Amino acid sequence: MYRLYLVPTLAINMAIILVPALLTVALAFFRWDGITEPVFVGLDNFRALGADRVFWTALRNNIVWTVIFLTVPIATGLLMAALLLRIRRGRTAFQLIFFLPVIIATVITARIWEGMIFHPQNGLFAWLAGFGIDLQNPLAQPATALYGVAVVDLWHWWGFLAVVFFAALRQVPAELIEVAQLEGATFFQLLRHVLLPSIMPTIALMAIMTVIWSFLVFDFIYILTEGGPAFSSEVLATYAYRKAFFDLQVGVAAAAALVISLFGIVATVFYLRIQAREGEL
Amino acid sequence: MNSVESAAARNLTYLVLGIAAFTALFPIALMLLNAVKSAPEIIMNPLGLPTAIRLENFTGAWRDAGFTQAFINSITLSGLSILLVCSTGSLTAYVLARRKIKSWRLVTGYILATSTAPIQLYLFPLYFGFASLGLINNVFAVSLIYCALFSPFSIMLLRTYFLAVPKELEEAAIIDGATPWQVFTKVMLPIVWPGILTVALIVGLYTWNEFLIAVTFLPSEGSRTAIASFFLLSGQYVTDWGQLMAGATMIVLPVVVLFVFLQRRFIEGMTGGSLKG
Repeated sequence: MYRLYLVPTLAINMAIILVPALLTVALAFFRWDGITEPVFVGLDNFRALGADRVFWTALRNNIVWTVIFLTVPIATGLLMAALLLRIRRGRTAFQLIFFLPVIIATVITARIWEGMIFHPQNGLFAWLAGFGIDLQNPLAQPATALYGVAVVDLWHWWGFLAVVFFAALRQVPAELIEVAQLEGATFFQLLRHVLLPSIMPTIALMAIMTVIWSFLVFDFIYILTEGGPAFSSEVLATYAYRKAFFDLQVGVAAAAALVISLFGIVATVFYLRIQAREGEL
Repeated sequence: MNSVESAAARNLTYLVLGIAAFTALFPIALMLLNAVKSAPEIIMNPLGLPTAIRLENFTGAWRDAGFTQAFINSITLSGLSILLVCSTGSLTAYVLARRKIKSWRLVTGYILATSTAPIQLYLFPLYFGFASLGLINNVFAVSLIYCALFSPFSIMLLRTYFLAVPKELEEAAIIDGATPWQVFTKVMLPIVWPGILTVALIVGLYTWNEFLIAVTFLPSEGSRTAIASFFLLSGQYVTDWGQLMAGATMIVLPVVVLFVFLQRRFIEGMTGGSLKG
């Protein structure tokens, strides 16, 4: 009887996610332009990926992205959360402000940074140039494009982690903190030996989600650089999107999607293990 | 944290937090500031105060981006997605929280796993499937995609609300002769109502802001969302940044107003699943 309650959720989920996901696995072994009959080509799509320099750039960029997002926003978030713990007044206001960039749509955030910060005529960079501080638009240079986009995503993201970590820090038992203070621990000793170890599970979960999300990153890259200039900021998600919808090589796109998923699956296994340990499974 | 802390240390704490807050607010302030300036005025000084408030930026952006239709589409899409997620999700969350079926563990694991599945893994067949069924530009069909996308986190969040309801309430209702369906609709739903409201808010926010699916599945002028219209407006060769920032402000404003008033609910809904230990 109660099985019926699950039917709507599972029917929608399977129609939208499971069945197309299985089809993607199959498509990776076919040549298909989205219109005509698919042709089985074995491992050709994966060979095509291996031979494509842009694919390797994209994979490398995803790894760079993962490294950046495993360090900078997590460290910033932890620092701000720890500082929030030290103050009494203004906690709610700071959290509200830190969280604002999280709720603004990616397209809007991207355009604000593009036009109001990086832009050589309209933006902060133009204003700084008036004082002799010459900054190049990072999005226009192959060497810096990826990092320019990362800055925008970092601005959008760190507040989320600060709020999550602050909520976790507040759950650390007060006795633990008091004992450490009685023993004369400085704030940084307290942080290192009491607070951080206590919220390790939360940090670990955020790190796992960071790995998953880093291989999915699409919006900011697609909107700000479209993977350019000269494919310098291409990531796997934009690469696969282009292959499917612009080059009409759906098979190659499916193969790239499987590569993205591979990293996701490894992280998902860790994620499910954490959830199981929490008794949610 | 304690009274021994020196005033200098406290000031330093506030200074660092203040710099962080400034960094978070600065780009948003630039958006608001330049939304009421003319393009030449922005070029002259992007950080300067406006000489006159140009409301034409707003009317111009509204007209050029076709926001009348786009806002109707976005509101419809968000409404449908909220309705679908809340109705289907609360059913599932209830069954999983109360372990009403033997395979609850399997179903929960499956739902958690799909919550981390990359969109790219199902995007391409989904698109060509929708295309062959004539569902591209169909707002209702796209709300089904959002339902699948946002259900997993919603179910996990609602589950915690159902778990918090004392079992005795259910048992008492059953003794009084309520059917299982009545227990769910008359006893459980009224109690977990705040959770459903939180889910509705977050799903509304995510749908309103969503980019990839919206741009891919709703490309035509009649079905475009506000976000997609803004994206097209900003992709034009000649860009009036004042007008563009005015368009951005109109999309962001409803979200920010809701957020400021319902901050706790937003933050709980978006970070709820992230706390461990």
